[in-house]
Amino acid sequence: MSYTYLRGALAAAAFTLALNAATSAPAAEAARVTIGNFTFGPAALTVKPGTTVTWLNGDDIPHTVVADDKKTFRSKVLDSGDTFSFTFTAPGTYPYFCSIHPHMTGKVIVKAS
Amino acid sequence: MGEQASRRRFLECMGWAGTGLVWTVSGGITNAALLGAAEAAPKGKAAKAIVTPFTFVQVSDSHIGFAKDPNPDARATFREAVARIKAMPQKPAFILHTGDVSQLSKPQEFDDADQILKEAGVEVFHVPGEHDMLDEGQGRAFLDRYGRGTFGDGWRSFDHNGVHFVGLVNVKDLKAGGMGHLGAAQLDWLKKDLSGLSASTPIVVYTHIPLWTIYADWGWGTDDSSQALGLMKRFGSVTVLNGHIHQIIQKTEGNITFQTARSTAFPQPGPGQGPAPGPLKVPAGQLRDVLGIRTLSVAPGAHPLAFADSALA
Repeated sequence: MSYTYLRGALAAAAFTLALNAATSAPAAEAARVTIGNFTFGPAALTVKPGTTVTWLNGDDIPHTVVADDKKTFRSKVLDSGDTFSFTFTAPGTYPYFCSIHPHMTGKVIVKAS
Repeated sequence: MGEQASRRRFLECMGWAGTGLVWTVSGGITNAALLGAAEAAPKGKAAKAIVTPFTFVQVSDSHIGFAKDPNPDARATFREAVARIKAMPQKPAFILHTGDVSQLSKPQEFDDADQILKEAGVEVFHVPGEHDMLDEGQGRAFLDRYGRGTFGDGWRSFDHNGVHFVGLVNVKDLKAGGMGHLGAAQLDWLKKDLSGLSASTPIVVYTHIPLWTIYADWGWGTDDSSQALGLMKRFGSVTVLNGHIHQIIQKTEGNITFQTARSTAFPQPGPGQGPAPGPLKVPAGQLRDVLGIRTLSVAPGAHPLAFADSALA
């Protein structure tokens, strides 16, 4: 009987936690940057912490998405139609470029609204 | 001031004439002709620089793996280019491939390129393009395949029949907002490599991205090229061959002639002509008019290098 109670209590607690998580945690954000005509669009993107940014190569030539520091994020080569995603957790400004065509530059600005 | 400069230039040229180099001006382009270079050269490495005739071929930007408008099969057009070389009445001494062998640095793309090039039956010297740096090792695959006898990231030099050839790599570790890049280590090596040569030695530099800024907004230039070109100013004849921009553009600056080459895969727009430097869409029937190879002939007693660009059409 005590086991049954405990299991019931745990289940209730888990349900409450799940309910709280569902109601109080911010929904995961998503944003997109499209590569076209050798440019990142938008070139400057502002997002909230926790946002996953996805780059889509809409060009007919391969590109990459590489943080200027070459460490924070670095995609593999993206052929036409390929995507790369990265989740930004910490506020800050993240400049990046295409390592194949370095004149292509962009930045992601992460800040809480 | 221009007149003074011209006079000084003329006197310099006369100085050269006295040491075995004759200058001619043809169509506004200054040419150097070697006369008895061996006699004029100082002792050592340069004393052996006797120019004797030969031909070689430049191919570029084969982009094996590219299969989009305007070229559904870059392998086929590369095969046609190599067939042209194979059919040459005089077998070239070697081929220079000035980069972007592959589209995506995939092993199969390199394999196919090698298989096709093998048909020419002559030695091939490669420098990488930015499309050859896309493997996990960021150029390791290219270097493993073509880097034998090279230094650093794949640069090298060699001599052939009195001409000094220098292959430079300007697609490694590119910086945000920049253009092509040679780097301090390669420039140091270049300085040492050229230091022992007589100024009468014809120099041929081959690299992927142009060493002169053709259009900075599209990255068509090399950030630190002025340092490399500064090391070459003392030479009577310097020819810089490159690819990258998939079209023929020529410029002469002092003793240095810059020559960009056609691709064997697809053309690109002229500098700034259009929104981006992507593949230029041309009708299928006109594609081979804008693809091609370059043959270079070396002969003493005339301009050291004669160019012949031929289209695949």
